[in-house]
Amino acid sequence: MASCSIEDVLAKAERDEAEKRKGITVNKDLDLEFDPGHLLAFDKNRIDNRELKDIKREDFLHSLARDNTQLLVNEIWKLPTERIEEVIVAKLPDPTTLLPRQKPAPKPKPPTKWEQFAKLKGIQKKKKTNLVWDEVHKEWRRRWGYKRAKDDTKEWLIEVPENADPNENQFAKRNKAKKERVARNEYNRLKNIARAQKIKVPGMGLAPTPQQSKAELAQAVNIAKISTASVGKFQDNLPKEKTPKNTGKKRKFQPLIGDFSSEKQKQLDLLKVMDSKKPRLNVTKAVNKQMREEDMESRQKNKKGFGKKGRKGNMSGKGKGKAGGKGKGKVPKGKGRKPQMKQGKR
Amino acid sequence: MRPLTDEETKAMFEKLSKYIGENIKLLIDRPDGTYCFRLHNDRVYYMSEKILKLATNISRDKLVSVGTCFGKFTKTHKFRLHITALDFLAPYAKFKVWVKPGSEQSFVYGNHITKSGLGRITENTAQYQGVVVYSMSDVPLGFGVAAKTTQECRRVDPMSIVVFHQADIGEYIRSEDTLT
Repeated sequence: MASCSIEDVLAKAERDEAEKRKGITVNKDLDLEFDPGHLLAFDKNRIDNRELKDIKREDFLHSLARDNTQLLVNEIWKLPTERIEEVIVAKLPDPTTLLPRQKPAPKPKPPTKWEQFAKLKGIQKKKKTNLVWDEVHKEWRRRWGYKRAKDDTKEWLIEVPENADPNENQFAKRNKAKKERVARNEYNRLKNIARAQKIKVPGMGLAPTPQQSKAELAQAVNIAKISTASVGKFQDNLPKEKTPKNTGKKRKFQPLIGDFSSEKQKQLDLLKVMDSKKPRLNVTKAVNKQMREEDMESRQKNKKGFGKKGRKGNMSGKGKGKAGGKGKGKVPKGKGRKPQMKQGKR
Repeated sequence: MRPLTDEETKAMFEKLSKYIGENIKLLIDRPDGTYCFRLHNDRVYYMSEKILKLATNISRDKLVSVGTCFGKFTKTHKFRLHITALDFLAPYAKFKVWVKPGSEQSFVYGNHITKSGLGRITENTAQYQGVVVYSMSDVPLGFGVAAKTTQECRRVDPMSIVVFHQADIGEYIRSEDTLT
C-alpha cells in the first residue's frame, strides 16, 4: 500500500511538472496583439459558442484566461529587465493604445482685456529670448526674475530729477511705484478672472442688492457724483442737496498745536452764535413778571381804600429793565422777604 | 490728544453756560496766558499752551491727564461735567446756593439738598438752572441743578428737594479711580 502511494505521489509530481512545462507554450490560431505599456493583450480568436453554453463553461473560461495571461507574461519577459533590490523588474515601453478622456474637454476661456485689444489691433505675440546680455556683469542673464540683467532694486545711486523735491526719498518712491504696479497687475488679473467666470464684481462697495437702504443709496449717489474726470469737482448739487464734507473713512481733526488765536476767535464766535440763538424773551420769566405786576396792582387797589391818595404819586420807583433771560443774581438778606421791586408807571 | 470739533465744543459750551452763563468768555480769553481745551480719551482737559506743548512729548497710551479735567463725553456724545471743573466754575457762577452746616455732610456724601438744609439761594433762579453749591463759609462744595425756582423754594415744605446733586467734592474720595 505504501509503495502504491509512493508511486502515486511520484507519478503525480511527474505529471505536474510536465503540465507546467507544457503550459508555457500556448497554441492560438491568431496571434494576440500586445500593448505592454498598458499590460494589455488583445485576443481576436474566435470563441466556440458551444463551449460557452456548455455546462463546463467555467472551466473553458478559466483555461482561456490562463492561456492569454500566459502569452502576456511571455511578452513581458521579452522586454528589457533590470534588477532593483534583488527583484527583477521589466521596463515597460510607452503605451500605444489611446484611451478616451476621463473628464470632458475644457471650454475655451474668454480672452482677457489685453487679448481682446491685441486681436483688435492685430498685435502679434513676439517671442522673446530668455537670456539677455548684461553689459555690467558681462554675462548672459535672464530677462526677469532672480539675478536678472537690469535690476532696478540693486541700484545704489539714483539721480534726483530736476523737477523733483530734493528732500524726497527716491528709493522709497521707486519701491512704492513697484508695489503699486504689482497691486494693479493683481487687480487686473482678478478682474479678468471675474469677467471670464461672469462673476459680478462690485465697484467700491456697490454690490448689487435688490432693495437698497437709504444709506446705500446715498453712498451710491456720492460715488456716482465723484465718478467724473474731475472727481466730481464741477458737479452741481441738486436744489436741496448738501455736499458731504467727510467722504473718506478717516476723520480729519484740527492740528493739536494750531493757531491759538484763531482757535480762540472761533470759540468766541461760536459763543456769540449760541447767545444769539437763545430767545431774548424768556417766556416764563415774562409771564411771572406780568403776574407779579398784576398782583402788585391788585394789592395797591385794595390798599387804596385804606391808604392816602398821595401815596400813589410817590410810587415811581426805580425801574429795573430786565432784558431777556439774563437775570443778574441779587442776594436777598433773608429768606422770607418779598422782592422790593417797584415798577415804573406804564 | 486732539482739539475739540465744532459739535463737541458746542455741546461743552452749552453745558458750561448752564452754570456760568456768558462768563465762558473769561475762560477762553484770559489775560494771563492762552488756555485751551483738548480732548484725550473722551475727556476734555483745560490747560495752558505751555503745558500743552510739554504734553505733546508723551505718547498717547502713556498720557493719563493734562491740566484740569473739565468733564468727559459719554458714548452717546453727551458732555458730563466733573467735579474737577469746580475751581473754574465757582468764581464765575451765576446762580449760587448756600447750604447750612448741618446738611453739608449730607450733600458731600452725594445726597440732594432739601429745603431744610438750604441756607441761601440767589434771587431769580429758574427751575432746572445749574447752580454752584457753597457752604455757609463760602467754600465751594460742588454743583447741582435747582429743582425749584427761588419763589417756589420759599413756599414748599421742608422735606422737598430744592437742589439736585450733580457733583460734590466728596467724589474726590468716592470715585478716586474714575476721576483721572
